Amino acid sequence: MKFSIQINEGPYQHQASDTAYQFTKAALAKGHEIFRVFFYHDGVNNATRLAIPPQDDRNVTEQWMALQKEHDLDLVVCIAAAQRRGLLDENEAKRQGKDANNIAEGFRISGLGQLIEAGIEADRLLVFGA
Amino acid sequence: MAEVKKFMYLNRKAPYGTIYALESLEVVLIGAAFDQDVSLAFIGDGVYQLTKGQNTAGIGMKSFSPVYMALGDYEVNKIYVEKESLEERGLTLDDLQHLVWEDEDEDYAEKDSIRLVSRAELADVLNEQDITLSF
Amino acid sequence: MATLHTVNKSPFEMNSFDTCLGLAKSGSSILLIEDGVYAATTGHSIADKIKNTSGISFYVLGPDLQARGLENKLADGIKVVDYDGFVDLAAEHSTVQAWL
Repeated sequence: MKFSIQINEGPYQHQASDTAYQFTKAALAKGHEIFRVFFYHDGVNNATRLAIPPQDDRNVTEQWMALQKEHDLDLVVCIAAAQRRGLLDENEAKRQGKDANNIAEGFRISGLGQLIEAGIEADRLLVFGA
Repeated sequence: MAEVKKFMYLNRKAPYGTIYALESLEVVLIGAAFDQDVSLAFIGDGVYQLTKGQNTAGIGMKSFSPVYMALGDYEVNKIYVEKESLEERGLTLDDLQHLVWEDEDEDYAEKDSIRLVSRAELADVLNEQDITLSF
Repeated sequence: MATLHTVNKSPFEMNSFDTCLGLAKSGSSILLIEDGVYAATTGHSIADKIKNTSGISFYVLGPDLQARGLENKLADGIKVVDYDGFVDLAAEHSTVQAWL
């Protein structure tokens, strides 16, 4: 089965990203395919390279990065939501004349069309949010 | 992408207090280009998104209310509003914007986009969907 | 076409569980996750609602129950699943609808 995942909330503030991560991990372990994980609304904040959460608890961004690397996941951050909230990759930062970029490795910024496509191409789309 | 899927946008939150109403509308507009079978459902506080006379000057935010009026031009014309949600909130159809679309198959006749449905009817509509986007 | 509904909010905080219950068709399933698991506990009107609902299968995500110290307060008629079970439920139903 092919799954697509939509995550609407940022790390730590809500459990959404954690639940989505556990679901995604379980699905992959069962041999299912994850077509795309799409981060929308505050969900884009899962992609920051700059978070320094306490060492004695999980690092949500790094968990996603590790899973992405292991399974070649397509982690997509919505460009409109990202711009609103100040998540930029190197190209966007240059384009917009900002003095820094902050997207973590393994995440890519793209348009909302990727979410629609994720729904069309997958067998099931699950939404995690608040 | 030959298969057309039934996409349902589930709106249950009021506008302006949070960003969900605005950003879900942005998905609808982009999604319109994919020629899928699109429906919107406004349930619970979601019905507040459609009220007339939203004047946001005082709160310093841009009103996105006019965008609902443009949905017809994007061929998004199946807009379900739950009757019970309106009644629970002391609202009637008259309190909502009059959303229309032009049916090119009937000489561009103007038709209502809002379908006022009961909870039971809406349950049937929801049960037919392939993909539900919640915000 | 059986739907899997997910509810992640406490029924005492938000009306998501109520709304979902009102719109779920017979034959569908409701999976309680995150703060939604509070609806799966005993001793309140929500538990009665669940007991009196026929035609809908109720599930609760075990890890979320355990995290909240509620394993001993689980109401009857609600099946506990883990994340593997969550994946299976999503695959077995024709679509998933999230009531946030």
